[in-house]
Amino acid sequence: MAHGFSSAVRRAASDEARCQTFAVNGTRVVADPSGALILPDCATLVVADLHFEKGSAFAARGQLVPPYDTAATLARLMHVIASHAPRIVIALGDSFHDERAGERFSAADRGRLGALMSGREWVWIRGNHDPEIPDGLGDTCAELCHGGLTFRHEPQRGSAPGEVAGHLHPAARVISASGSVRARCFVADGSRCILPAFGAYTGGLNFRSPAFAGLFVAAGITAYVIGSDRVYAIPESRCGF
Amino acid sequence: MPGTVLPRLRYVPQVTKRKTDSETSLPPQFAGWFAARGWSPRAHQLALLAQARRGNSALLIAPTGAGKTLAGFLPSLVDLAGMRRNLSGLHTLYISPLKALAVDVARNLETPVREMNLPVRIETRTGDTSASKRQRQRRMPPDILLTTPEQLTLLIGSADGAHLFATLRHVVLDELHAIATSKRGDLLALALAHLRTIAPSMTVIGLSATVRDPDELRRYLVAQDSGESKKKPMAWLVEAPGGAKAQLSMLDTRERLPWSGHSALHAMEEIFAAIRQARLTLVFVNTRAQAEAVFQQLWSINDDNLPIALHHGSLDAGQRRKVEAAMVAGKLKAVVCTSTLDLGIDWGDVDLVINVGAPKGASRIAQRIGRANHRLDEPSLALLVPANRFEVLECRAAIDAAAEGAQDTPVLRAGALDVLCQHIMGLACAAPFHADQVYREVTSAEPYADLSREEFDAALQFVANGGYALGGYDRFAKIKQRNDGLWRVANPRVAQSWRMNVGTIVESDELKVRLVRARKIAMSMIAEQGGPVRSRSGSLYYPSRLAGGAPDMSKAYTGVVGRGGRVLGKIEEYFLETLAPGDTFLFGGEILALQGIVEGEALVVRAPGDAPKVPSYAGGKFPLSTYLAERVRKMLSSPKGWDSLPEQVGDWLKLQKRFSALPPSSGMLVETFPRGERHYLVAYPFEGRLAHQTLGMLLTRRMERLGLKPQGFVANDYALGIWSLADTGARAKNGLLSMAELFAQDMLGDDLEEWLQESALMKRTFRNCAIIAGLIERRYPGKEKSSRQVTISTDLVYDVLRRHEPDHILLRAARADAMTGLLDLERLAAMLSRIAGRIVHKHLERISPLAVPVMLEIGREPVAGAVLDQVLAEAAETLVEEAIGSRVF
Repeated sequence: MAHGFSSAVRRAASDEARCQTFAVNGTRVVADPSGALILPDCATLVVADLHFEKGSAFAARGQLVPPYDTAATLARLMHVIASHAPRIVIALGDSFHDERAGERFSAADRGRLGALMSGREWVWIRGNHDPEIPDGLGDTCAELCHGGLTFRHEPQRGSAPGEVAGHLHPAARVISASGSVRARCFVADGSRCILPAFGAYTGGLNFRSPAFAGLFVAAGITAYVIGSDRVYAIPESRCGF
Repeated sequence: MPGTVLPRLRYVPQVTKRKTDSETSLPPQFAGWFAARGWSPRAHQLALLAQARRGNSALLIAPTGAGKTLAGFLPSLVDLAGMRRNLSGLHTLYISPLKALAVDVARNLETPVREMNLPVRIETRTGDTSASKRQRQRRMPPDILLTTPEQLTLLIGSADGAHLFATLRHVVLDELHAIATSKRGDLLALALAHLRTIAPSMTVIGLSATVRDPDELRRYLVAQDSGESKKKPMAWLVEAPGGAKAQLSMLDTRERLPWSGHSALHAMEEIFAAIRQARLTLVFVNTRAQAEAVFQQLWSINDDNLPIALHHGSLDAGQRRKVEAAMVAGKLKAVVCTSTLDLGIDWGDVDLVINVGAPKGASRIAQRIGRANHRLDEPSLALLVPANRFEVLECRAAIDAAAEGAQDTPVLRAGALDVLCQHIMGLACAAPFHADQVYREVTSAEPYADLSREEFDAALQFVANGGYALGGYDRFAKIKQRNDGLWRVANPRVAQSWRMNVGTIVESDELKVRLVRARKIAMSMIAEQGGPVRSRSGSLYYPSRLAGGAPDMSKAYTGVVGRGGRVLGKIEEYFLETLAPGDTFLFGGEILALQGIVEGEALVVRAPGDAPKVPSYAGGKFPLSTYLAERVRKMLSSPKGWDSLPEQVGDWLKLQKRFSALPPSSGMLVETFPRGERHYLVAYPFEGRLAHQTLGMLLTRRMERLGLKPQGFVANDYALGIWSLADTGARAKNGLLSMAELFAQDMLGDDLEEWLQESALMKRTFRNCAIIAGLIERRYPGKEKSSRQVTISTDLVYDVLRRHEPDHILLRAARADAMTGLLDLERLAAMLSRIAGRIVHKHLERISPLAVPVMLEIGREPVAGAVLDQVLAEAAETLVEEAIGSRVF
């Protein structure tokens, strides 16, 4: 077996180099390696599919996976919020894994989330997993228009210029001379952007699978693939099934 | 101890002075049956009978064809013949590693039972047994039940296991050498320990091929003392005399021996000639890829249309059954096969075994040869065909080892913790238990004899509530301790989930390969339509896309992907993921082109041409055994013995001696030389590909820290080659760098920890542990559609667990596996300690003769385990090249 790697790619990249900037329907957005999308012109940070309490939801059904996912997701969220200091945070739905997540949400994690929310506007968009969110965290909405973009949980088929959505957990299979890897990604075609899932226990779905059919125009689809510490812009033609 | 081979111990069957006629004599009925067939009972058959009559457990070591199975059952049959028929109780339990073997043995056993008119009922129980028959077997058990370790575990975990096994007198374990050293062996050992609790007077008979250390298996068969006692009880040993020595030879090819590769294509004419002369030939190869390549090559020269078949684990089961049936019926001339045909089933009148490629282990090759000629008094005929020059050395070493009867079967490991978790859950499913009692029982099983109470309690806690330091899962607990101190299953669903997940064999995720019809459509249409398209019949398909430089041939074969074609078999998902649509590969003896992966199936069409683009896929590669490696090093270091090697190989080694140096027998040779723009370092540890791969990962990390700018590495069974931008050799020569420090043992410290964090191999290891221990459920066919909703990627669980609870029992289990499994850390550690202070460094002007094979593998072997960012950066480059859009970089 041959293995290739280059030390150049391991160099710690500056913050700007770690991100990818592109336009969605004319609005400038930045894909952060954490999986969050930043709208620098209106100090807004967007995350999709946090799936808080996914671990305990599995435990309730008999698969006792480690209960640290909510804390891990919150820690990652805390980190990206600290580095971008957004005025507005939009959670694109499926923020809680199920309607009873509130019963299992620990007081400590609730406290951490409260601290993140305080001092900024926080928008909970409803998802299929969380038609309701735990009490005391504010209101929810089905979708939101903001900064020239439309934010909703599930992307709508057909033309929806400026749509920013989650739900599908996009991932890419990238093939190069050195081999093949699979990683979470943003998918965008200039008109629409779908965010990767942010939660610690959220898997990915290949963005070339049928679930994504009809969402993007054929030409110019780019996957913004998340590496170990930076985002790479990769054309669809370099992504496998 | 890996690396050591004990001299083969010769035991006389332990039938000692006090033996009485009543112990060794056969009842008249049996004596008459032997006589009627013109046979006389063999000494080891009688010796085993005597041990059983005394109530002793025993290990029988016998070569193939020595009447091993009959020996194992003789005590049961004699006992049952003298009994009044017992309707309610199971008398003998037979366990085989293969269900096909259990069925085969049941059939063979019917003959003496019928001919002696014995009142004995024999039944099998496998995954294929109907639910109604299983129910009946529990209500009205047969006298003799033949089954597999997994079925035994299921029976033990059922509510009536205690009742079913209460009458058990004998347990017969077949092919024990093949089971005992694996996790299946751990599961079986725990089941045996529980059977001993249920039926304390039962005895166990182990049947085994020749092994390195019979004492390990002898301890496996009996209860180990708990507590302070250092005594290690053993079963009695009965050893049958070996049969006629195998006639083992190496193909002395007229062709030029290849430098590298594993398919021995140069020798196909000669292999074909040997097949033509023999009655029935088994052509063993090491991997499925080799099987495919050899099969294709043989047919390309098979002008006589000799019936030559293919048999490997990826093929559809129905196809394999057909081949097996044709073999037994004598309709075949040869079968090209992998280890799927290794174990004891009698496949017919094989008179020649050809082993293509490296033998990999002395015992392994001996057992394969045993597949030929089941008559003990005639020598088995075997031909070793090395595929490259290093394999010539390995074949020579294996032939010498066989002549000495040396064995290098794997060493028994400490019992795996994930298997223990599964067992504890099973016990709770059967009946409430007391932890102290179960701990005593578990530590009576040989693999778990040294299990600490702390580890046991951690396993128990894991089964109960996951065992996490951060509590909170008590309300979801799977087993609960009540006021009476007994542990009970929390609800019936838990037991059902356990039953669905029993076993230690975790298949890697595999996809069905389905042959679909190619309908040609114009490329322009595809280009216009881009994404997935709905065909007229309504099925979704993907037009094949050309991923970076895919061949033009895809044009001709790009077509609408229809559904509903024939399933050809299964391939590992990770192999398919390295393919781009349009890529061609060999499978089932055909060249196929991947069309796309749709709904968990790989859709393929037949492709023209005879050269697949992707040459191989790794499946079941064994590393070279420590023992053979040692012999190869010895052979290399002493030119006197080179006379026994083919001339081409001898010349090659002489050149190596002249231009560089020979690898020392106990130290290690390191060569450095420039080539093109790069500087190469080639080391010759001879410790197998897995250990070399791990070494390569760790060494390149260290070289990077030292500013040597390593660019990549390649590993095979014998050597490791690393290329870098800096001249490592010159630095070592000028005293700026020490080879001793480069290979110092401390690389197994922090570097290892850091690497394990991201290693795909480690994650795969963890996944297996998580499934076996019952953390997450297996994926079953049909369940996969909803799997995204009901499963969590174990890679994500691994990341989270490592960060938050690095000492969790599942991580301990995964680390223990990594020592011997895919990362082979134990062997790497032993090697680093062996070579410390004994590195021979040669700084050369150009590549050495010995380095040629490993250098040829650069760019030839498929690349695996590539670093995430490397692949992404390379793929991102194309975007820059194509200058798509106006993005900011």
